[in-house]
Amino acid sequence: MDRKQYCVKLSVQPSRGLMDEKFIVLVQNALPGSQLTIRALHQCEDGHSWEAFGHYTADTTGTINVSEDPSIGGTYSGVEQMGLLWSFRPIPGSKSGLRMRKKNIQTPMEVTISVYQGHQTEGFADLVPLSGVAVERWYMAPGVRRIPVTEGGLTAALFLPSGPGPFPGLLDLWGGGGQLVEYRAALLASHGFASMAIDYLTAKITMETGKMVDNQYFETAYRVLQQHPQVCGSKIAMIGLSFGTSITLKMAVYSEVIKLSAAVCISGSHVQPVDGSVEEILRFFQKNGEKTRFSEKNEVIWRDLLLPIPTDPSLKVNVGRLQCPLLLVVGEDDQNWPSQESALDIKEMMARAGNSHLLTVLSYPNAGHLIEPPYTPHARSSTLKTVEIEEKVMCLWGGQTVEHSRAQEDAWKKMVVFLKENLYGGRNPTSFSHL
Amino acid sequence: MSGVVIYYSKSLCTKNQECGILFVRDLKSPALIPTQGKPILQGRPNWHLCRLFSAMTQVVPPILSVTPSRALVDEKFKVLVENLPPGYPVTVRSLHNSEDKHDWEAYGHYVSDHSGVVSVSEDLSYGGTYTGKEPMGLLWSMRPVPGSRPGLRLRKMNVCTPMLVTISVHSGHEGFRDQAPLASVLTERWYMAPGIQRITINEQGVQGTLFIPPGPGPFPGLLDMWGGGGGLLEYRAALLASHGYVSLALDYLGFDQESENLELKYFETAFNIIKDHPQVMSDRVGIFGLSLGSLVAVTLAAYSTIIKPCCIVCISSNHYYPAQGSTVASRFEGVTRQLYKARVNEDNQVIWKGVGLEFITDPSNIAEVGRINCPTLLVNGCDDQNWPTVETAEDVARLMREAGKEHLLSRLAYPDTGHLIEPPFSPHFRATTFVIHSSKEKVLLLWGGKTKPHSDAQEDSWRKILSFLQFHLYCGPCLKAKI
Repeated sequence: MDRKQYCVKLSVQPSRGLMDEKFIVLVQNALPGSQLTIRALHQCEDGHSWEAFGHYTADTTGTINVSEDPSIGGTYSGVEQMGLLWSFRPIPGSKSGLRMRKKNIQTPMEVTISVYQGHQTEGFADLVPLSGVAVERWYMAPGVRRIPVTEGGLTAALFLPSGPGPFPGLLDLWGGGGQLVEYRAALLASHGFASMAIDYLTAKITMETGKMVDNQYFETAYRVLQQHPQVCGSKIAMIGLSFGTSITLKMAVYSEVIKLSAAVCISGSHVQPVDGSVEEILRFFQKNGEKTRFSEKNEVIWRDLLLPIPTDPSLKVNVGRLQCPLLLVVGEDDQNWPSQESALDIKEMMARAGNSHLLTVLSYPNAGHLIEPPYTPHARSSTLKTVEIEEKVMCLWGGQTVEHSRAQEDAWKKMVVFLKENLYGGRNPTSFSHL
Repeated sequence: MSGVVIYYSKSLCTKNQECGILFVRDLKSPALIPTQGKPILQGRPNWHLCRLFSAMTQVVPPILSVTPSRALVDEKFKVLVENLPPGYPVTVRSLHNSEDKHDWEAYGHYVSDHSGVVSVSEDLSYGGTYTGKEPMGLLWSMRPVPGSRPGLRLRKMNVCTPMLVTISVHSGHEGFRDQAPLASVLTERWYMAPGIQRITINEQGVQGTLFIPPGPGPFPGLLDMWGGGGGLLEYRAALLASHGYVSLALDYLGFDQESENLELKYFETAFNIIKDHPQVMSDRVGIFGLSLGSLVAVTLAAYSTIIKPCCIVCISSNHYYPAQGSTVASRFEGVTRQLYKARVNEDNQVIWKGVGLEFITDPSNIAEVGRINCPTLLVNGCDDQNWPTVETAEDVARLMREAGKEHLLSRLAYPDTGHLIEPPFSPHFRATTFVIHSSKEKVLLLWGGKTKPHSDAQEDSWRKILSFLQFHLYCGPCLKAKI
């Protein structure tokens, strides 16, 4: 056996990174010109294994730098610095409809990155790699604190950045799948925002009483956040994805309690019965249930439920009354919500009302519904159990992997800048002597 | 401006209305304890701590970031402060509470640019514990906080946890300590990369800790030894494992009575434990030693008939090897007995260099380094006050040249650098309290070096050491003369 084989050196820097940080994967000491496969392996919390790999050729110095050299095959191709993460897919033989989501964000996502001889596409479990390293990907930066929130009947988790503060605040809402989804709030806290992830569909109080939360639930969350001694009460924003957008827009426009400094709405719509509670909005969607379509693979397509965009003003949040900057993030191949059509209508309504200077729309061709933090693997479809229907369905989210992954990276970067500008920026004080 | 927190009845405050009472924070307290809206005064369940709308609460603090927030100890970071007023003077400070409960700090004085940004990697520090453009100054210029007892040294004993450093930004330059920081973040500095296995070794009489990198291997190996202070220091071995070497941190002085009788055999056994490990390439095992450890490295390379190191690294070189005595300790006894002669300076610091110099001038006291047959790297500080390491290196070069082995030798000598050449960004210790192994006497030993050049030497030498190891243990043909 060639002695040189044993000398291949693989390194990933940083070996412990935040989920939105890039890393550099470097292979050194390989035989010049040799064909190698670099593979990432991850076992998620529910026990499923995911893999991603690229095919490379070592240069004349025996080096491969994933951020500079092209992959010529595998789960991604071309020069893709982070391809080993965003192109993750379940290993062959896994059941269908899986989606990678971390529940426990106090531990890192552990990824093993290895290099193999030749251009391999399968049977990795039976091969011995030339080299392998362990990489940690964290949602929480050191010093970020997680505080469960239960007062006022809330089911929520507050993530505080390290330091004395005060910090601008953020209310973080996910969509129809319910549960307390914490990872985005944890990551935003790592960027300096006191972020509260809220469960509003499967909250403890709903599970115990069988009743959906009312609009005061969100106002309570806002107050709790605002009153926290380490939160800057006058700088609070809200971010919602999917159904979370419906809540965000409703609160931003109609709530007398909630005064937002900014709002971010991802893959959602302003279409809803204007005076409706959460329950009433859900019933409104259900009423249009017969508009559900199915793909040829029998995946559920729900985007038509809210189409056509109504002209009746009682069925759309009156975004013309919005007083804070709004960032809309749209995947043009969203098969779950009519986010593109809604964005166009929102734009028109705001133009007519004269407040379109508040609106920024980021629209991504071939991106789907689930626009997640960067390098999250793309799920074109996955099994879903919503609060409205009892059994699991295979839901079509949409999107093509490469474009969707680029959209996630770009949207996140712009979203963080948007939040920083609106929550941290603006007034530059001349001194801090009063702090 | 310090203040007091004022509580008031919840019923006075209706939603969204200004309550008219000013909320003021007590600036002397370093951290706020969140009440999470719970009642905080006993017996008054309706009283809550509430914040108010006022001009003060609308101002947000600067944004401080350290990237990466988790890193190996030899990796650089970028410290950035944003959202300051333009042209604003600030102090960026690091604070670390060591395992033995001492506080260490470093700080630099900066002024923000027109966009309110201070970048520690790009901007110049005007003063503090370091000046100029120093991206890592917040680590290498650390020293015990004012009021600490003298002679302290910072060394991590538990390598399974990171070194936690708080980086904070304060208003102003002079008197920056008088106010609470504007912002602070926590950063982790690790000796161990993820996936490294740490295994306690206690076999064949050998005691130490073995670190194995993740992956299938096989890997090159390293025997890692510290100096005359004794004990088991794991951090450098852990860091070397993070760079792909199976590394054994060896305990060879002072773990029990038997250690007094340590012969070459002990070290040969330890070397073979590495060599015979299933994940180690048996012909790619090197030796890494500092101070007394470098003496062991040199004597093993010169005299052992049992083991053949692939290469050796000697920091703060030592080749004192009198004919009398069979163990490390007994051979050194001659020197130890003369240490009373060591000069003591006006700061009561003991300088051993002179004593050592006397001994090594006698050629019968020197190891026959001409017998070394492997690539050798000597790293020394020209201001070493503990041992005549530069003179030693000159001597080694002469002897190896006479034996026709000069091509095997590389030497690095750094000006204004002392004896304790540690991994990069470790603080510099010019003199520290030292317990003499044989007599248990405590002295304040002068190691030498000036902080900035010593820190530069640590950074430069580490890079060169890693490159030397990579060349000889990962790529180059073994036991052949090529540097």
